Amino acid sequence: MERLARCLTGRVALDVEARDWEEAVRLAGEVLEKAGDIEPAYTEAMIRTVREIGPYIVVTPGVALPHARPEDGVLRAAIGLVRLARPVSFGSEVNDPVDLVFPFGTPDRDQHIEVLAALSRLLSDPGRVAALRRAATEEDILAVLRGAPLAPAGS
Amino acid sequence: MPPQAREEGHQVRVVALCGMGFGTSLMLKMFIGEILEAHGIKAELHAWDLGSFKGQDADIVVAPMDMKKHLEDYQGRVVLISNLTDRQEIEEKLLPVVREFLDAQP
Repeated sequence: MERLARCLTGRVALDVEARDWEEAVRLAGEVLEKAGDIEPAYTEAMIRTVREIGPYIVVTPGVALPHARPEDGVLRAAIGLVRLARPVSFGSEVNDPVDLVFPFGTPDRDQHIEVLAALSRLLSDPGRVAALRRAATEEDILAVLRGAPLAPAGS
Repeated sequence: MPPQAREEGHQVRVVALCGMGFGTSLMLKMFIGEILEAHGIKAELHAWDLGSFKGQDADIVVAPMDMKKHLEDYQGRVVLISNLTDRQEIEEKLLPVVREFLDAQP
């Protein structure tokens, strides 16, 4: 998870207000734009993908992984996290509403694999996902990724 | 289109499907690989996007539940997963289909 934590550093925005899924993806894209990881066109491509193919990027309850193609404007492999103040609907039959949005981009089909695998493991651990929802700061988020002891649930 | 031969030594070809072929499907493929390996099943695994999938042959397709409408016309074995990071759901839905496929082989 260390590499995932390193990738996310400086790319976390907490308790962001978004009216709908489209604004949520746009704000998530802006986090990567500001970090110099992607071009603005990539953000639009992420939105277009959801519109055209559907909300299948909402992979687990409450969590969306918007992304588009390498050629849509990725400058370097990157991942971010936007946590929404209020969950929004992506139109997912099974995993709405969404409050954790991890936008990612990769300049080819390989560079992101290790980080995506780490993210998959993180998301398969309900305790850690709950900890991401409780975290107060980016530092807390990174600590969850690095495997810091979790506060007891409900505390 | 005739079925392509599976790679030698593999019992079943499983294709994880998503919109792009390198994000959501890659996550699925990772979990599928771990599950089938744990059960001693030698599977040829692919992560494909919708565009590449058309006309290609898979023994079993695994896709997110939210892509159901894209697979309505597909005649083969399909496993739809709601929670893509829930290993138990993937295992409970996929294994019976894999076993049924293997049993049906000559």
